[in-house]
Amino acid sequence: MGDATNDPRVPEGTVVLTASGAGGPGGPTAGTLDVDPDRLTGRRLPRYAAWVCLAVTVAVGVLVRITGITIIGLADWVVALAASFIGYTAWTLVVEGRRHAVDRLATTAIYAAAAAALVPLFWILITLVVKGFSVLSWDFLTSTMRNVNPRAEGGGVAHAIVGTLEQVAIAAVISVPVGILTAVYLVEYGRGRLAKAISFFVDVMTGIPSIVAGMFIYTFWILTLGFPTSGLAAGLALSILMVPVVIRATEEILKIVPNELREGALALGVPKYKVILRIVLPTAISGIITGVMLAVARVTGETAPLLLTTFLAQDMNGNPFSGNQASLPVFIWDQIQRGTTASLDRAWGGALVLIIIVMIFYAGARVLAAIYAPKKV
Amino acid sequence: MTNADTHVGTAAETPGPSGATAQEARLPYRIEIKDLNIYYGDFLAVEKVNLAIEQRSVMAFIGPSGCGKSTVLRTLDRMHEVTPGARVEGQVLLDGQDIYAPNVDPVLVRRTIGMVFQRPNPFPTMSIYENVVAGLKLQKDGRHRGRAMDDIVEQSLRGANLWEEVKDRLSKPGAGLSGGQQQRLCIARAIAIQPEVLLMDEPASALDSISTLAIEDLIRELKSQYTIIIVTHNMQQAHRIADNTAFFNLAGVGQPGHLIESGPTHVMFNNPKNQQTIDYIQGRFG
Ligand SMILES: Nc1ncnc2c1ncn2[C@@H]1O[C@H](COP(=O)(O)OP(=O)(O)O)[C@@H](O)[C@H]1O
Ligand SMILES: [Mg+2]
Repeated sequence: MGDATNDPRVPEGTVVLTASGAGGPGGPTAGTLDVDPDRLTGRRLPRYAAWVCLAVTVAVGVLVRITGITIIGLADWVVALAASFIGYTAWTLVVEGRRHAVDRLATTAIYAAAAAALVPLFWILITLVVKGFSVLSWDFLTSTMRNVNPRAEGGGVAHAIVGTLEQVAIAAVISVPVGILTAVYLVEYGRGRLAKAISFFVDVMTGIPSIVAGMFIYTFWILTLGFPTSGLAAGLALSILMVPVVIRATEEILKIVPNELREGALALGVPKYKVILRIVLPTAISGIITGVMLAVARVTGETAPLLLTTFLAQDMNGNPFSGNQASLPVFIWDQIQRGTTASLDRAWGGALVLIIIVMIFYAGARVLAAIYAPKKV
Repeated sequence: MTNADTHVGTAAETPGPSGATAQEARLPYRIEIKDLNIYYGDFLAVEKVNLAIEQRSVMAFIGPSGCGKSTVLRTLDRMHEVTPGARVEGQVLLDGQDIYAPNVDPVLVRRTIGMVFQRPNPFPTMSIYENVVAGLKLQKDGRHRGRAMDDIVEQSLRGANLWEEVKDRLSKPGAGLSGGQQQRLCIARAIAIQPEVLLMDEPASALDSISTLAIEDLIRELKSQYTIIIVTHNMQQAHRIADNTAFFNLAGVGQPGHLIESGPTHVMFNNPKNQQTIDYIQGRFG
């Protein structure tokens, strides 16, 4: 191997790394590396490329809208977006090469899909807030529909809020213990046929349409056993929907509690039930709370089962054990079908209150979950 | 194979001439494993183990991975059966009493025989203090309270060489310690229930070399009070800490593991009798 610094093949400015060894003691060179300074770099699009494409998209969209020229009748913005999508990829292909073009295509597609999923969500939220907010007032929250002409203005949702909270509370009181205990059985004890059967029925229950849950309580609880329509009946119907959700959520969380913790406790001579109560559940509690709250949020908006079990009421009924009770979902349905401007406004107001209640549940779950989460410091 | 299995036993029944070793060897056995077959479902994982373990000694299990070292270890405190479908045939005698006898309560066995796992597993919801007393607190009777607990915590943490490092933050979560500290916390947790035997499954394999040396020092100290059985894949480690060594091997994947040879560590490393042991030890050292 020759002296690299004098080697005519090595371009000017090339870094020459030398390592001593075979060159003898003190010898400056042995193996030398010829390094191409460009081997780590490639041509890239300018930073502002994405913004250029966005600007072009807007420009094309506006242009199409003004001139009215469209391709095969597609909406103007669709054409503009598609054009920039293709243009952006092509530009990358020319400048950066195939691998980067594919990368950009996939990245753009992912962002577009995420945006497509979020747009309706924000749309609903904004509509809800805009329409509902003007109705929301202290009066609306504290008065009922008693003695209010449902087609005229006035009235409020107090009776529906009370009804919804009570019905959901009943559903939770039934579902949470049943659901958590079943999940504990399935994860910690369940082996063999019985566990398989239970697991199968949980799957079936998850798929029960909510109206069927309502029908079941209606025929069994009200027609057969002869109990009156009530908030309790509604709570029972909701719990049919809630139990499988709680089971599955808890099961998933219990499964990710590391087995090492169970074994660690068992090896200390701790009886199994105590391992579950004092090690497994406390480790999982924060996830279980989140799961339970999601299940609560899910049933809070159910309408169909309530129609069959407690129907609706225009007046406050604080007693969930007897008589029809109002609820927010049924209130919304009732107001919409009255069809006047005032009743539609009330429906929006009720919807906003419903969403706020769900949000409060969710925020509460996050706070509790954070409080109970295992800590490192 | 089986002739070598009871090496330790033979040595004890006919005490050798050299005074000290003979004295030690005459101590009664803490644990005797007799004709033990260990299954996972229908799979025979380890076949026909016969081995005796002396009191207040360190026994190392060595052998290639998958040969059943952990499996044998877990049968000694009835942790094996925690795995669904797992079962054993044969006997494990603790001070002469078969721990697999029908009227034996596995929970009580585990209070007598402590275990430290390969990966440190402190309870994440508990503080350092609570981790140490977890075993005592969660055992049904709950006879220890207040000051007695404080003393046990200090003793156990000192015993695990961790006291000086954590005495000012006992109420902090155990999960916030370093890996080596967590493992010593798990050892403290295991000795807090005052077991008679301590099982350790590659307790240092997840640790750096400094923590490993700390654990090895600790094992040498603990030997004066406990009978210790340690699984290790590190033969130098076995050499450094073990009084006796048992070598396990398996003929091939899907075949049961066997105890090939066991005996005093220096004999096992310098003068092994079985060709498989020779190959294994030379393969690792040379
Ligand atoms: N939970 C288990 N279920 C089924 N087979 C297992 C289980 N644990 C270990 N085995 C099998 O038992 C044999 C011995 O495993 P193990 O005791 O972990 O070996 P070692 O600790 O010596 O590496 C292996 O063949 C392994 O596949
Ligand atoms: Mg192992």
